[in-house]
Amino acid sequence: MLSIRGLNTHYGQSHILQGVDLELARGTTAAVLGRNGVGKSTTVKSIMGLVSPTGGAIALDGVDIAGWQPHLVARAGVAYVPEGRLIFPDLTVIENILVAERTPARNWPLARLLELFPSLQARRANKGSQLSGGEQQMLAIARALVSDPKLLLLDEPSQGLAPLVVRELARIIRLLRDAGVTILLIEQNMKLAEAVADELHIMVKGRIVYSADPHRFRAEEDQVRSRYLTV
Amino acid sequence: MSTLAFLLNQSVNALSQAALLFFLGVGLTLIFGIMRIVNFAHGTLYMLGAFVGYSAVRITGSYWGALVAAPLVVGLLGTAFEFGILRRLYRRDAHAFLMVTFGLALVTGEAVRLIWGSEALQVPAPALLSGVVFLLDEPFPVYRLFLAAAGAVMAFAIWQLLERTRLGLLIRATSQNAEMVHALGTDVNMIRSAVFGIGCGLAALGGVLAAPLVTASHGMAASAVIDAFVIVIIGGMGSFLGSLIGALLVAFVQVFGNYYYPDFALAFMYLLMLLVLVVRPGGLLGKEA
Repeated sequence: MLSIRGLNTHYGQSHILQGVDLELARGTTAAVLGRNGVGKSTTVKSIMGLVSPTGGAIALDGVDIAGWQPHLVARAGVAYVPEGRLIFPDLTVIENILVAERTPARNWPLARLLELFPSLQARRANKGSQLSGGEQQMLAIARALVSDPKLLLLDEPSQGLAPLVVRELARIIRLLRDAGVTILLIEQNMKLAEAVADELHIMVKGRIVYSADPHRFRAEEDQVRSRYLTV
Repeated sequence: MSTLAFLLNQSVNALSQAALLFFLGVGLTLIFGIMRIVNFAHGTLYMLGAFVGYSAVRITGSYWGALVAAPLVVGLLGTAFEFGILRRLYRRDAHAFLMVTFGLALVTGEAVRLIWGSEALQVPAPALLSGVVFLLDEPFPVYRLFLAAAGAVMAFAIWQLLERTRLGLLIRATSQNAEMVHALGTDVNMIRSAVFGIGCGLAALGGVLAAPLVTASHGMAASAVIDAFVIVIIGGMGSFLGSLIGALLVAFVQVFGNYYYPDFALAFMYLLMLLVLVVRPGGLLGKEA
């Protein structure tokens, strides 16, 4: 479904992504872990077309979408839940979702989304800025789903959320996976990543340096943590 | 004239003036909201609307034709300008926009001089609107009532466009976070072109509506651009409702100031702006300074 080969991205002079390789099979969830500033967010922004890669290929179902404009990437079936959620503060919950519904949703129509996220149903007429962090995160996911994506990009969804809300988030991610959505999850929260991912990757200095399934990851967790993740 | 008749008379006057100012201000504020650029050519496009209206009346023989043609022509020119030139500048700093829209103002001003000459041109109001009606036994020009009504109708229409249509939703979303709208699958460049065109078209509508009152003249541009800036600064950059309130406040201050203290009429407008900026630096309905 998603195949990233030798992806390079620069911000001005700094070389952020230095040859990222990543494979993601249809219907699976992959998590990318890593310290701050190693290029995790830049990877999803490069996929989304929000920054232009300087080299490499991003194949979505065999079509190279590297360097496409964001709206074309979205229309090709990629949905984006950005770091910090970026809810439209002055739009209502419903309006936030409608912005992303370019054609009538088939798999994830509004009614189903409100069923999936009861807290949004209760606050449907509220402005985005009036929601709690957890509600905003659910709204960002609902907004992404309404476009019936093939691939869902989640950039640090657990950031700033209370443990109880993170547990709810894990439930939702597993539920989406079971519904057939392919998910690329960027996380700092190792517990969440372990709980939901079929495959875990660790990024260091703009490259994927370690990949494992949850079993192996759990077995090697202590070494992995001290080698790649602690500062 | 009774006090009541006088107040009514001047109020309708102010409302008709507010309508013209609103057409100027709402376009400027919508453009600013979406693009974060200040369109220095706004007053010149208002003037261009009056001249295009003049020609449209000559060609079609109908003022109503001019009311449609002027916004359409100027709106399309604005869209073409956004598409051809502004679009290349979004990654540059704000100074580039200032220079380029200032350049557009100069080029358009000179083009108007070349095409229509330097004389002021009369644009007669249609017969239907040229008489007077009596309000509380005082004569009042029908055209000014028409302007006030046109302003109210358009304000309502633009509000409905913003609140009830998909384009309106996308315009509001883009003004809050353009990059996110882009990532959610909408070509924000199209939104920008559309909004720039709509804003320029609204300025032209104001110009062609003003023409029967003031004639189509080059002097329109300078006062219009200043009025538009004052309105948007008072109401808050990027706020639709702010531009409506700003236009009403400025119009009433202009009209009543002009009556009581004609020598200071202009000063009142700036005093009002100063007052608003002291109390709310971002404008009445603006986000922040």
